[in-house]
Amino acid sequence: MDISGIISYTTGVVIMAGIYAVFSLGLNIHWGYTGLFNIGIAGFFALGAYTSAILTTSAPDPDLFEDFKFGGDLPALLSFLDPGIDLWFFVALLAAGVVCGVVALGIGFITLRLRDDYLAIATLGIAESVRLVFLNEKWLANGSKGLYRIPKFMGDVVSAENYEFLYLVAVLLVLAVVYLAVQQVIKSPWGRVLKAIREDETTAAASGKNVFSFKLQSFVLGAFIMGIGGALYAHSVRFVAPISFDPLLATFIIWAMLMVGGSGNNKGAVLGAFVVWGIWTGTQFLPGFLSDPNFRLFMIGFLIVAVILLRPGGILGEERRVSRAAQEREGAAPSEL
Amino acid sequence: MGRGNGILLETQVAVKDFDGVRAVNRCSIRVGAGTITGLIGPNGAGKTTLFNLITGFLRCTGGRILFKGERIDGLPPHEVFHKGVVRTFQIPRELKRMTVMENLMLVPSTQAGEHIWNSWLTPWRVSRQERENETRALEVLRFVNLVSLKDEYAGNLSTGQKKLLELARTLVAEPQMVLLDEPGAGVNPTLMKELVERIRSSCYDKGITFLLIEHDMDLVMRLCNPIIVMSNGEKIAEGSPQEVQQDPLVLQAYLGGLPG
Repeated sequence: MDISGIISYTTGVVIMAGIYAVFSLGLNIHWGYTGLFNIGIAGFFALGAYTSAILTTSAPDPDLFEDFKFGGDLPALLSFLDPGIDLWFFVALLAAGVVCGVVALGIGFITLRLRDDYLAIATLGIAESVRLVFLNEKWLANGSKGLYRIPKFMGDVVSAENYEFLYLVAVLLVLAVVYLAVQQVIKSPWGRVLKAIREDETTAAASGKNVFSFKLQSFVLGAFIMGIGGALYAHSVRFVAPISFDPLLATFIIWAMLMVGGSGNNKGAVLGAFVVWGIWTGTQFLPGFLSDPNFRLFMIGFLIVAVILLRPGGILGEERRVSRAAQEREGAAPSEL
Repeated sequence: MGRGNGILLETQVAVKDFDGVRAVNRCSIRVGAGTITGLIGPNGAGKTTLFNLITGFLRCTGGRILFKGERIDGLPPHEVFHKGVVRTFQIPRELKRMTVMENLMLVPSTQAGEHIWNSWLTPWRVSRQERENETRALEVLRFVNLVSLKDEYAGNLSTGQKKLLELARTLVAEPQMVLLDEPGAGVNPTLMKELVERIRSSCYDKGITFLLIEHDMDLVMRLCNPIIVMSNGEKIAEGSPQEVQQDPLVLQAYLGGLPG
């Protein structure tokens, strides 16, 4: 591989890691801060990716798709706005988030009053249902053949070989916005209530907090972020099909990322995504059996166990305090002296 | 606020059944405003169950619970809290992986920052309120002598310190009434003295009404007046410490099961 090939490959890896980091941030809200056991990330992943793909892909186009009747063709629809930047991309990201949020609201409303394990089962079931709906409702998403030629973000601005760099910037930008937005609410009293619920629901209720309402908000916000992640994925790979969302690469590996980076720490969630995705893609260049997919999978499992045993909090671990305002004050005190 | 004038909390023939076992049986108690009322009785008398009924953690099978003349039975715990009734737990339920300070800053109600939008749209408002709440939490921490531990994880405190933290949690809420479930259990004598002092001054200086379950009779007799005695889910006696100590029913409830 020549140098430009290596750069291009690395860019692809970083794009994917950045997308995974968005998911990891979403899961961190669910699990890291609220203790909600979501093992159906793949469901929100697929829902976000498909929502964005359906909205932006044109249909009916008999040359491209036989059965797909539902394409929104958002780029054409919003072209009259023409702000000089592909606005539809951001509209599609938001729409993907909103759809996931609404679905999460429904699931959460039913299951979040019940014991924790019901949510786990429900998320697992929903993930499978979402996949089956997109597989069987051909008019909606072209069935098992999936949707392809999903539009590029600012595709006509740069040449095809430079597109990846542009998309890298877009992904990192979205990641930064999500990170800052999440950090802002987690470091607020809202985040403190989530942590209290994680530690002891009864105490949170005895402290006057409506536990169900906060759990629901957490579940919806996390799902919203996962939806954005799904949309980022759709416009990166530009192909979505039911097989894209298998539990290994759409749920399990995101859990690994959060555990490795540091559950309950947003920096850890992002770091974990880059570390684990780096290991996952890096190991395919190892010699002999080491690059066998099953062995690489074993490596990820091994990493999780190693982290749990050696550094249970993950690489970064949880921050001691949540309240930003209180921290600022503490930081300010010495300089006043 | 005058002492002993008016009824703050009242249970009217409250009943709680657990699958055929009647834990609370037609129990009617009244707690006067500004008092430190003791609730005693042998193990299994239904004291903690009554607490759970009052604070909304359990629903009454029958009867009514009134706070300031208003029905609170059937309300969920967080709404009972907002009525001004706050409780502690027999076994401290501190938020382990949160600092002592955060355990307390959680509590104040109507925090703007609890609404997700406010942290994005009006962060300055959230910050200002956070500083106010921190000041308030610090005051309470000073009051219960836990300031030096404010940045410690609550899970690392000793049992006695956790009991103090539980008391602190109720005080940060600025409640009208506090229900303490065995505040003295597992607390060493020195810390116990402190706890008694804190409860007394909260009542006398801040006008907070206390209802407390306690097995340490020495503590109850020193601190509480009146004292209500429960046995087998029913109220069997009520009165001053002297009256209750001499009540034959009470003696029977505590000693009656013993041979001889």
